[in-house]
Amino acid sequence: MARNTKDEILHDHNHDGIDRRGFLKCMAWAGTGALCVIEGGVLKSYSMSRPLEMNPRDMKGELSFVQISDSHMGFNKPANTDVAATLQAAVNKINALSRPPEFLLHTGDISHLSKPEEFDAVEQILKSASAKDVFYVPGEHDVLNDDGKQYHERFAKGAQEGGWYSFEKKGVHFVGLVNVMNLKAGGLGTLGHEQLEWLEKDVKHLKSSTPIVVFAHIPLWAVYPEWGWGTEDSAEALAYLKKFGSVTVLNGHIHQIMQKVEGNVTFHTACSTAFPQPKPGEAPSPGPMKVPAEQLRSVLGISDVNYVSGQHALAVVDSTLA
Amino acid sequence: MRRSVLLASLLVMAVMALGGIGREHKSFVASAQEKAASTAEVKIDNFVFGPAAIIVPVGATVTWINRDDIPHTVVSTEKVFKSKVLDTDEKFSYTFTKAGEYPYFCSIHPKMTGKVVVQ
Repeated sequence: MARNTKDEILHDHNHDGIDRRGFLKCMAWAGTGALCVIEGGVLKSYSMSRPLEMNPRDMKGELSFVQISDSHMGFNKPANTDVAATLQAAVNKINALSRPPEFLLHTGDISHLSKPEEFDAVEQILKSASAKDVFYVPGEHDVLNDDGKQYHERFAKGAQEGGWYSFEKKGVHFVGLVNVMNLKAGGLGTLGHEQLEWLEKDVKHLKSSTPIVVFAHIPLWAVYPEWGWGTEDSAEALAYLKKFGSVTVLNGHIHQIMQKVEGNVTFHTACSTAFPQPKPGEAPSPGPMKVPAEQLRSVLGISDVNYVSGQHALAVVDSTLA
Repeated sequence: MRRSVLLASLLVMAVMALGGIGREHKSFVASAQEKAASTAEVKIDNFVFGPAAIIVPVGATVTWINRDDIPHTVVSTEKVFKSKVLDTDEKFSYTFTKAGEYPYFCSIHPKMTGKVVVQ
């Protein structure tokens, strides 16, 4: 069977834009993460759902890491009945990079229902990644039932009491923030006074030439407040980072890629490895978005296949043709 | 003569009062039985509590049922009640024994809000 990695329809017998002869398995909608490369103190990110467009020469830098997000381990509804497989596919893509990333950043919603077996499954799958270090921040799905106790014990042992922390890699200062605790009725994400005070102190004595990368689950800018896609007190956090020449904010939560530049700050959000969500306002609610692949799935006898027409290069995931 | 009239009227009043208590007791039991049967349902779907506001009598039990494909919670803003995480088709019930207004929200998606008014 020919390996078809280009966005090309070879046989369109049913006239619905889906090629059933070739084995089209597409991860474009779910995305697999963003490869971040820091070069000259500036962070560039490359969507890993477009591997053919990534030129190894463009990706040399002092430091590279991969951001993945929203694995929602435990989710099993029609939008994706096998989130473990799609997470593994993301890891496989990471492992296929010509230069292994130094570490992974997971921007939250690791689990779907904060269950121990869900956290276990994600840790297990990520163990097979070429990057051995993983840094996490929690999503609101990770702190259900127990005020984040389980999350804290597993992923934030060395962190401050509230789960926030910072670390340095090759002169780049990374800050993991938590904005999913103490959410108030009708409100957005919130950082809280204690965390903001800590952040102010944490970056106070850094030289303004230090590249900063902040990662948190809910976006730190107002993507779409009607759906809770924003953080109430992020302005204060950004004020403490004003002096720095290069600030990158990496978020998850919205299950789609969005970018915004504001002065010296570049904001990126990542795709989910589990399921996509609609663009702001394009659906009545921000729930899991089903993509039209039911027919394709049953015809090919594959448990998790999704095809979105008009998307970029298709990534071939392991298949079993019926 | 007046004293006996006074005594008689006091007696009558006493009997009436006692009779009144008896009547009250019966109606209390009846209404408690009526109210015990009072239930209401709130469906959770598409990130919305439906209906968003409901009015129920004192003693009513409200049951929230999650029909969405994503988990939600039901948490009173005044910390009067709090459900565990409700996955699809899971339920949470609370019986309101005191009159008042009870605003609540989903702690996972705080933009989702609702209110129970108990009269």
